[in-house]
Formats: sequence, structure tokens, C-alpha cells
Amino acid sequence: MISKIWVVIMGLLLSFTVNASPTIDHWQTANGGQVYYVYTPELPMVDVQVIFDAGAARDGDLNGVSLLTNALLNEGAAGMTADQVAAAFDDVGAQFGNTSQRDMAVLTMRSLIADNALKPALDVFGKVLAQPDFPQASFQRIQKQLLLSLQAENQSPAAIASRRFYYELYPEHPYGTMPSGQVDTVSAITVDDLKRFYKQYYVAQNAVVVIVGALDKSQASDVANELLGQLPEGDKAEQLAKVEPLHSAQTIHIDFPSTQTHIVMGQPGMSRDDDDYFALYIGNHILGGSGLVSQLSNEIREKRGLSYSVYSYFRPMQELGPFQLALQTRNDQAQQALDVMKNTLTSFIKNGPTDDELLAAKQNISGGFALRVDSNKKIADYLAMIGFYGLPLDYLDNFIDKVNAVTKQQIKEAFNRRVKPDKMITILVGGEAETK
Amino acid sequence: MQMLKKIKQGFWIFLTISSAAQAQVSEFELDNGLKLIVKEDHRAPVVVSQVWYKVGSSYEYNGITGISHQLEHMMFKGTENLKPNEFSQIVAANGGNENAFTGRDYTAYFQTLEKDRLHVSFRLEAERMRKLVIDDAELLKEREVVAEERRMRTEDNPQALLREAFNATAFVNSPYHHPVIGWMSDINHYQAQDLRQWYQKWYAPNNATVVVVGDVEPQVVYELAKKYFGPLKAEQTAELKPQIEIEQKGVRHIEIEAPAELPYLMMGWKVPVVKTVAADAAWEPYALEVLAGILDGGNSARFARDLVRGDQIAANIGAGYGLFSRLKDVFLIAGTPVKGKTVADLQQAVMAQIDKLKTELVTQEELNRIKTQVVANAVYERDSVFYQAMQIGMLETVGLDWQLSDAYVDNVQAVTAQQIQQVANNYFINQRLTTAELIPLALDHKKPNVTAGGRHDF
Repeated sequence: MISKIWVVIMGLLLSFTVNASPTIDHWQTANGGQVYYVYTPELPMVDVQVIFDAGAARDGDLNGVSLLTNALLNEGAAGMTADQVAAAFDDVGAQFGNTSQRDMAVLTMRSLIADNALKPALDVFGKVLAQPDFPQASFQRIQKQLLLSLQAENQSPAAIASRRFYYELYPEHPYGTMPSGQVDTVSAITVDDLKRFYKQYYVAQNAVVVIVGALDKSQASDVANELLGQLPEGDKAEQLAKVEPLHSAQTIHIDFPSTQTHIVMGQPGMSRDDDDYFALYIGNHILGGSGLVSQLSNEIREKRGLSYSVYSYFRPMQELGPFQLALQTRNDQAQQALDVMKNTLTSFIKNGPTDDELLAAKQNISGGFALRVDSNKKIADYLAMIGFYGLPLDYLDNFIDKVNAVTKQQIKEAFNRRVKPDKMITILVGGEAETK
Repeated sequence: MQMLKKIKQGFWIFLTISSAAQAQVSEFELDNGLKLIVKEDHRAPVVVSQVWYKVGSSYEYNGITGISHQLEHMMFKGTENLKPNEFSQIVAANGGNENAFTGRDYTAYFQTLEKDRLHVSFRLEAERMRKLVIDDAELLKEREVVAEERRMRTEDNPQALLREAFNATAFVNSPYHHPVIGWMSDINHYQAQDLRQWYQKWYAPNNATVVVVGDVEPQVVYELAKKYFGPLKAEQTAELKPQIEIEQKGVRHIEIEAPAELPYLMMGWKVPVVKTVAADAAWEPYALEVLAGILDGGNSARFARDLVRGDQIAANIGAGYGLFSRLKDVFLIAGTPVKGKTVADLQQAVMAQIDKLKTELVTQEELNRIKTQVVANAVYERDSVFYQAMQIGMLETVGLDWQLSDAYVDNVQAVTAQQIQQVANNYFINQRLTTAELIPLALDHKKPNVTAGGRHDF
């Protein structure tokens, strides 16, 4: 229980250190798991994340095996059935979640810290992590669900565009597939494949644990030990292959009976530890990463009313994640909107940002820094990123300084060197223009 | 302090809501009728500021449906002292996040800022509360943006199309008949004068609630509100007609055929909500809320356990009920059958679940589980200043007291198994039921047409 006075003192401290980022503790478990911890005493709850380098980039030929492995963990563990696992979390009000992306396979749990809530929640979480049973009946059901969701993708022009975009962007790299797999690969996967995948990648050396909440350091250490202690040490996953640049532009139109055409354009972008990270990040903020005030939004939406949503982003990953520009517009406007999007990009590469634009971007990013870490959930997500990608512990402390140090020239130079409109992939999914 | 009993494993869960969790909420009213509610949350040096107007699609009528949402878009397009989009530029330059949302019963605008920048939000929101300029040319462009939004959200989304048709069937004369975004034909024919009139009618301090949550001192916020919102003139707002939904006389059923891969089922029963329920039946919405939890409150609830895992009839299925709407609403169940099962199979399985709720008391174990989740969620929700402000603003704007969000946990705790059985029998009947089925039409993909190398060169 926290006294009111303590909260007032905390409030005063915070008010004097507006830009202070959370204090991060980091240590290793005995078997080599990386632990990242922030103490947030205000609410009687804790967020725990366990992240493995076991995303779809590790699928190999069995595209979908990472996601299926992750999805099966809570379907039965240490003899408990799926119903019992679900009830064990729900009974104490704990929230369990699992997801698998390209880099990361993630398990999350949020619980109250009262002993009689946290203990049972951790107990079942530990079983799910370390003793999954991979029951055959559950596997068949989840496999069918996944096949159905692959079918559902085909009724969404956005999903069709996204899948094709990754496929064309990474022809020779594991990032080229979707974590949800493909009908033929998902159909071919067996429980034994899941067990092999689990055995190789769900190991302590390949794991990051994030703990944010009202647990002191020794309690947090106990939590990490309880969760990871049951895992074998194992080996860290191998370094992924480098992403090859694209060699020529390609435009692909996929007919679809929709009223809008979804347009996705881009190329391999940057990695999490990229030397150009801040120049590209801030440049993109100005180009298409700042909502209604970005250049793309101004040209496409504000000036011309062509699209409701238009944006660009770099998704930094272990290796070069995508740089992507996207919009959706009425079919008969697709070419016009694509032209404006391309012109905005080429003009930005050629001219770089203006002084005013750069200043506004820096003001926005630094002035809004406190909003990035204003909840346990957001802090936990930052820790996951810092831990998984091996970023320095002072990443958040130095963030604003690094943003403020970026110059116009650096942005222009980085975009010229890294962004190649004449070698980009463009995907259009939509229907014929209606004749009026 | 909240206390819960857990019987199954023979121990007690004491969930102590610490004094810190009993956050301070202060309420003020300005002379011009503007309501200000401030909730202190000193965890981080940030503040969220939301302005809620009592207007939304349920205030609209045929011919102008969606106009509240279109007006929300126009609120970013310039005032007497701000150029189009300048509002957003100023917020961005101050490090803020901003946006707006329109619902059936409200239109709300928000900024999240570092706490010392609250004045930026107040200055700008006060300006556009009374000094909006609706330019004809700007409207024509923004009408197209909204039409694109509708295409993206509804026209090209078969499940959204079904949902829209479902509401238009379940509600005949209640304004919940209309989609929030409006019918396409109405969107295409808004005139600037329509928007100006709508703005004049509803945007005034006496029809607004300002909610501030964050690392602030209430008295300071009050002074700031007086400075910026105080000079604004109150407006005579129109009295809403009641538009009470006619009595339903039997099951309604519709089918929508649309390009899609998977079928989809929606079932909804008209039920009371907190705002519409009689005083002696005030418990009913909370019983329906717990009932929704019994069916769909987590991975151990009946839908996941019996329909997804047990009988494997549903690929996915959910139950939804919002107890804080302004008008009578539906208790909704929606889902997709697994391959090899039909919508009829799924509907039958859902009805069997409903019959079970009517004939058998829910177990004490289930009831305890739902109540424990509600208590835990009340703690988790406090991790988000935005969510806390949302709760307060929404309750106030539908004409309820924000303190209901504090009483929510107690009201849920008080629900009994008998009450759940009673609302199931009272409300899950054919005279309240609407069902809707999405029938997929073949999508007919043509072969992708690949143009390699340079046709679209820059």
C-alpha cells in the first residue's frame, strides 16, 4: 500500500525532472536470460513480458511454425488443459497474451501484485513457458483457425497488399513471408515441427524478460528466476542474413472488387541499431510520420482530399525492416494519388526538410517525450525493444539529445543515400475505375 | 477496500485498492455553463485534455446523417484566428498528440501534452468552440476525405457492411438506426450551411464538458479554464425529441451478400442501459454486463471454452454490451463458424448457450471469476490517463454522473446468479431479437498484372 504523501513527493520529484526517463535495471539470470526492470510503485500491478528471438524470421521452409508454436503454448502445459490454463489466469484477474511477429515471439502477462493473485498467475505463466504439452487436438484446431484467417485475408485489400509487399521486398530473405504463414506450409506443419522449434528457440540464452511494476528489485529478480529458471540454457539464435537491396522498380496491380485502391510503396529501410537511425527517423517524421502535419498528409489529404489515411514509416528491425508509404483512394483516383505520393517523396529526397520543418519536428519529438513513457505498458514496450535489440540502457536518456543533434544536411544526405524511388516496389490492390 | 472471496481453492483474495488509487476528482462549472472535471494522476508529468460535446449521430436525422462526424473533421480546418490545419501544427510544435472521435452520443476532441502545456489545449479548444470558420471549398475537399474514410471502413469491409445493415434493421425509428459516419448519399450532399447550422446549434460552453486528467492541480486548471473558456457565450441548445424505438413484434432477420471469403453471424437483443432503466431495475444493466462476461470475459469464458475449444463450432465469437449509451441498445453476439459448419450451426449453438443461461444458474466459480476480473481491470485501467478521461467524459456526455465509474465495481459485485438468469429470461426473447448473416460472394481474383522495371519510373 502506498501512502498519499509518498505519491505527492513522487509528483514533486517528477515535476522537477520533466524529461527524466525511467531508471532501468538490467541483469542476467544464471542460465543467461537478459532481464530488464523498472520500478513503478504507484499502482498495485505488474507487467511482465518474455520475448524470444523466435519470430517468423526463424520459420525456415515451415512458414507459420513460429506463430503456431507461440499460439500453442497456453493450449496445455504441465498436464493442465487449455481450459485449466485459461481459468488459472482469469481466476486471479491476470491477463495473458501471446503474439509472434517477424523478429520477436512475445508472451505477456499483467497481474495484480497481491500474493494470492501474482503467485498463481506466475505459476501458470512459468508452466506455459517451460512445460508446454503441444496437445495434438489443440494443434489441429489452431491450425484450422489459422487456415481460416489466411482465407479471411483474401477479403481485405489492405491485407493482400501487405502480404505481396513483403514478398516482393524480401525475395531472398526470411522477412519476405508473413508470420501467419501460407496455406501450403501451414497445412504441412506438424506438432513435431512445433516441438523442435520450441526446443531450439525457447531457451534462456535466447530470451529477454521485462518487468515493470510495483515489485522491488529482489521480487523482480525472483520473478525472472521463476520464469526463466525452468528453461534450459540453450543457444542464442544465429545472426539473420543481411537484406539485399532491390535492383529495379516493380509495379504490381492486383484486381480486387473494392471501391478503393490500396497503394503500398517502399523498399528495405533500416535496422534498429542503424547508424542513420535518427536522421531517417526525423526525416520520415516530416515526410509522413507525423499525422495530419506531415508533408504527405498535407499534399494528399489537406490539399487534395484524396485519402483519409496516408503515411510513411520506417519499421526498424533486427535487419533492414521496411520503409513504406501507403494510402487508399477511390479507384479512379489511384494514379493521381500515386503520382502525388511519388512526387512528394522525390521532392523530399532532393530538397530535404526546411529549417522550419526540422524545428517543428524536433519540438514535437522532444516536447512530447514524456508521453512516450507515461504508463507501465509503454515503459514495458520500450524495455522489450531495448532488451531484444541490445540497445544501450541509456537509450531513452539520450534520445532527445540525439534528436536535437540531427541537421538538415544529415537528413538530406541519409535520404539520398538510403532511399531509392527508382528501385521501389509499388503494390496496388483495387478495382477498375467506375465509369460515371 | 474491495474484498473478494475465492472458493474453489479455499483461499481468499484481498485486493487492496490503496489510497493512492482513490484518485482525487474535482468538479467545476463556469458561469457560461461549461463543466470542468479534473482528475489528478501524478504518475508522469503529462496531461490529457478532452473536450466533449453532447452531439453525435444519435442527434441526427435523415438527409444529414453523419454530419456530426463531418463537423468533427471541419474543426481542424480553421477558425477566425487559425488557418486550416494550423491547430494541428501548433499542437505538434508543443509536443502534443491530438485527435478527435465521434460516436452515437458524443463528439470529443483531445490533446495529450507535457503538463505545462495545458494552456495550449485550452486556448485552441476555446477558439474553435465558438469561432469556427466553415469555408465552402474546404468542405468540398473534406467531404471527399470523409467519403474515402467511409469506403475504407465500411464499403470495402463486408463485416462492417453487415453491422451497418444490422443496426438499420434492429432500430426502426431510434436514431441508432444510422451509422455514425453517415450514409454515402448524405455525405455527398452536405452543404457548408448545413455544417454551420449544426455547429451553431451544438457547439457552446453550456453543451460541453472539459475533462483533464494528469499531473495537475485542480484549482490551477480551473483558473486556466476560466481564462480561456470563461469569456465564451452560452447558447440556447435545442431540446432533443425522445425518438423512442417502437416495440418490436417478432424476430427480424436480414442477409447481406457481398464479396467476401467467410460468412459472419450477428445476433442482437434490445436491452435496457443504465440511462434508460427504471429505478427499481437499476441492477439490470449490471446483470447484463456480468452475463456478457460469463459468455466472453476472457479465454476461460463459455464462448471460448465451449464454442471455440469444446464443440469447435466457432472460429471466433464475441459478446458485446455497452451499458452507458444514451438510448436503449442491443446486446450483441457476433462470430464466424469454423470451416465445415454453417452460420445456422453457429446460431443454434449460441441459442443453446442462451437457453442454458435461462434455465441454469451460473456457477459461483464463474461469478467470482468475472468479479475478480472487474476489480483487477479497475486497477489496470488506471495505467492510462487517456482511458480515465474517456470514462469520465463519456458518462457525463450521455447525461450520467462520472461517479458511476467509481460505483461500477460495486454494482458489478452486487450481481447475483439469480439476477443473471432473470435478465436472460426477460430480454433474450424473439420479440427483441435481430439476426444478420453475411453471405460471401466469390471474389474472382484475376491474375496479378506485373509490370517489371521502370514503367512507373520517377
